[in-house]
Amino acid sequence: MSLSRVLRSAFLVPLVVTAQTPQPLKSGIEFQSADVRALQADAFGNPGMLWVERGAALWNAPRGERNISCASCHGDATASMKGVAARYPAFLASLGRVANVEQRINACVVDNQKAVALPYESPELLALTAFRQSRGQPIAARADGAAAALLEEGARIYHRRQGQLNLACTSCHDASWGRTLLNEKVSQGHPADWPAYRFEWQALGSLERRLRACYFGVRAELPPYGSPDLLALQVYLAQRAAGLVSDPPGVRR
Amino acid sequence: MLLGRIQVPPSVRRGEAFEVRILVEHPMETGFRRDMNGQSIPVYIVNKLSCRYAGYEVFSAELGTGMSANPYMAFFAVAESSGEVAVEWSDDRGATGRVTAMLNVT
Amino acid sequence: MAGDIQVKRRRFLAGAAAAAAGAALPSRSQEVQDITPMLDKITRGVRPQRSGVEIELPQIAENGNSVPMRIRVASPMSAEDHVKAIYIFAERNPRPLIATFHLGPHSGRAEISTRVRLAGTQRVTVLAELTKDRFLVGPADVLVTSAACMDEATL
Repeated sequence: MSLSRVLRSAFLVPLVVTAQTPQPLKSGIEFQSADVRALQADAFGNPGMLWVERGAALWNAPRGERNISCASCHGDATASMKGVAARYPAFLASLGRVANVEQRINACVVDNQKAVALPYESPELLALTAFRQSRGQPIAARADGAAAALLEEGARIYHRRQGQLNLACTSCHDASWGRTLLNEKVSQGHPADWPAYRFEWQALGSLERRLRACYFGVRAELPPYGSPDLLALQVYLAQRAAGLVSDPPGVRR
Repeated sequence: MLLGRIQVPPSVRRGEAFEVRILVEHPMETGFRRDMNGQSIPVYIVNKLSCRYAGYEVFSAELGTGMSANPYMAFFAVAESSGEVAVEWSDDRGATGRVTAMLNVT
Repeated sequence: MAGDIQVKRRRFLAGAAAAAAGAALPSRSQEVQDITPMLDKITRGVRPQRSGVEIELPQIAENGNSVPMRIRVASPMSAEDHVKAIYIFAERNPRPLIATFHLGPHSGRAEISTRVRLAGTQRVTVLAELTKDRFLVGPADVLVTSAACMDEATL
């Protein structure tokens, strides 16, 4: 039975677990060293918290032609935004498309605040996504209806060999998770705990930045930020990790 | 103003040593990195930090490029009286930052 | 679209070639340096005692960009007898002196935590300067590994 038929069958959509999907699901934090785990859990010292604090300030900062802040419409984020990011990527009827958190924020920035979209990986967009109020919550995105096509595309990309190293995501993160590559334990490749502070970057970065780094890892062309391929992958990864607790901002080596 | 975070214990007994934790937002550029076009990225670091409490400078530091980005430090001070613990820092371009916390001494 | 990628590729390769051709700035030092002259400059000839300095460092640091360190120096921290300064040296770093921390009788404890950059597996040396012209010194060895999948980092 082809993967595509498996995904299309009404019984199994949106269940995306294939024979290879790791069980039990383990967040990337479980494949980090003890001091990285301790730093992520450190509510004060986690460097990602600097972005969360900036995000909290930006939430209240007026922006754009309409000179309104996020708070002007959404009030107290801890109430209005609770659990929202955990459901992303999501199909948004108001936009007529599937969007991730960054794209959702920018839709508000452009359409409601009448401001210029915040560039990908800009300090402002990172801060606002880091300020998400879905911490310690299970990943709960839906990929039915209009998102189903993207889910299928994401599954295809995930299982497709690419790059000069000719590896698919599944080659490492399904077939070889837990095994040692050079000196690191290969993770299961879940989107939990993102956006995350990566020592490699010495900064907080988005999930898309991490996915692009994976493409670089196999020496494939990096898809641009906001590209359909990256969105499709995020839709698939969210389904593959459904139920896994995500606790951003994460810390990774 | 540069962004920073400070943490002190919720309360401490007079005469006890308490830990002050500080986290500063800064890239701490070493001057050794290069960008995509081969251009070197200039040095840019927080080079001085100090903490004042109860009328004394209880801690200070000179930092180099060997400190991690977004520098973190924790140090101790003796609790004397309830009051403000203030940490100030500056970088090599003259920008400064300051964070304070109220310490409750019983 | 393809044209843009070609332009970026050319520029990247040109940049990489420029970087390889030799830089005006030193590349990251992987050589072990003799830090004794740097210690001597601080101690001014006084011989540091090899005791009393406790260093907590992971045995293996998975990324040299951010390695946690806790330093404890045994001291009453009284007005007459206290640690005045703590110096951290990394012998393989291009600039071995990482930081200098100043303490005093209002510190209560000679204990510092921080996160440092280590350019590869090496020995870290901590020098403590005490009142009455005394010095203590202590080493810690760290294995520093790097990423299995090299990253774009600046891309």
